[in-house]
Amino acid sequence: MNIYEQQSDNKRMTWLIVSAFVFFFLLIGFGFDVFVLGTRMGPSAQADLEYAAYNGHSRPAPLNRTGFPIGTAVALIAGAVMVFNSSSNGPRMVLQSSGAFPADPNNPKHRQFLNVLEEMHIASGLPMPKAFVIPDPDPNAFATGFSPDNSYVAVTEGLLDSLNREELQGVVAHEMSHIRNLDIRLMTMVAALAGAILLISDFALRMGGMRRGSSRDGGGKGNALGLILWLVVLILAPLITNLMAMAISRRREYLADASAAELTRNPMGLASALEKIRSASSPTRSIRQGVAHMCIEDPRGAAAEDGSGFFADLFSTHPPVAKRIEALRAMAYIK
Amino acid sequence: MTIALIVLGVLAAWLIFTFNGLIALRNQVQNAFRQIDVQLKRRHDLIPNLVNSVKGEMKFEQDTLEKVIAARGAAVSASAGGKMSEISKKEGELSSALGRLFALSENYPNLKSSDAVRTLMEELSSTENKIAFSRQFYNDLVTGFNTKQQVFPTNMISAMLGFTAAELFELPENSAERENPKVDLSV
Repeated sequence: MNIYEQQSDNKRMTWLIVSAFVFFFLLIGFGFDVFVLGTRMGPSAQADLEYAAYNGHSRPAPLNRTGFPIGTAVALIAGAVMVFNSSSNGPRMVLQSSGAFPADPNNPKHRQFLNVLEEMHIASGLPMPKAFVIPDPDPNAFATGFSPDNSYVAVTEGLLDSLNREELQGVVAHEMSHIRNLDIRLMTMVAALAGAILLISDFALRMGGMRRGSSRDGGGKGNALGLILWLVVLILAPLITNLMAMAISRRREYLADASAAELTRNPMGLASALEKIRSASSPTRSIRQGVAHMCIEDPRGAAAEDGSGFFADLFSTHPPVAKRIEALRAMAYIK
Repeated sequence: MTIALIVLGVLAAWLIFTFNGLIALRNQVQNAFRQIDVQLKRRHDLIPNLVNSVKGEMKFEQDTLEKVIAARGAAVSASAGGKMSEISKKEGELSSALGRLFALSENYPNLKSSDAVRTLMEELSSTENKIAFSRQFYNDLVTGFNTKQQVFPTNMISAMLGFTAAELFELPENSAERENPKVDLSV
């Protein structure tokens, strides 16, 4: 796959993800309408008569009398607002939370980082990203931003201290590839959506619990089954979206490694950088787990590596470093 | 009559699209060349500083230093001439002269401990990389531009529209970068 196919693939993936999430938002909101607010869409006079004939008393008025699906609308709007907010402010918040500051051209180490970044900006033909340094002794790096025109690359001080020029170039090329392949947009979007789902389903679950405790109206057998299904969706939605985010993230890592090799034409630089980053086993404390999918290597450190079973693989943002190094060595024709 | 009109319209649309596409590519190629040019100029500016600051320490390498200065002079006048093949030849020679200077400087540990020299070395090796990467980017664009002109059916009209194949930025035949690296394992 060349770069354009990868970009369009990523754009398609973004749309797919967004529609999957919209479906979840709709499901949660609609369930809230039906089971908690008792919203009745469509003509309800006939239903009222049937209810009265069957139960011997008239059907109680629902919490939401308007017939307009308020829950669904609120879920969609809240989701949209959260996603818009975090995709426009997300990059700045991520940088702030890690304590990153702009690289200083007078510091020799930072100067080298700036030079390497400029080299990769030339090799890729993309606009120059803004360079940030994170005061943390553990080697790690990440890229963020919403488009190549407005992107950031941040590295830790530990990375600048422990890597040589070629290795640093490999890492910066990897981050530059995340920018070029539009991974930063996809991942920012996925993180924002996953966060919104978590919040909304949590809210619906709490509200649903309170409401259901206080009244028991409008329940038929079909309704009860629907209610159970809805509760299952509420509980599983954050888990499923999280798994989706992880799976996408792992795929993007291999691609970014490959494009980094294409940019530098030197896969061994990145391979030996990964080797060094892995051997520094301590976690990167200043990078929160929420940003993990944007980093060169999982900030949890070696702890995330060791459990290499099926479940550990399922819940990790990065493929095992050993596999990544193997792929890079294959590119350099070293077996 | 209608059919003839439709065919004519399609032909005109194709001509316009092809022409505009080629213009866009040609501008990208020219812009990429200017990027190489910027880095080459920067290298020309950095070299006198480097030579001045290592001259005292490397007085036994007068020959190498003079070669670097001479190669720089030739490259500057080639870039003033603006002829592509000449520029790439002279710049290639400058690259190999600089490479020798860098290799020799490894023998002078005093140089490495000097901050000023270290900064200059970093700047120069970064500039070397930038030249290599901008050349890589330029050559990729030129290949795309030339391919676009030479494939059927564009090849029937590209010359008529005034497009010619762009020149790759290649290393000269006898450049040091083309030679196989010699590995000396004697201690």
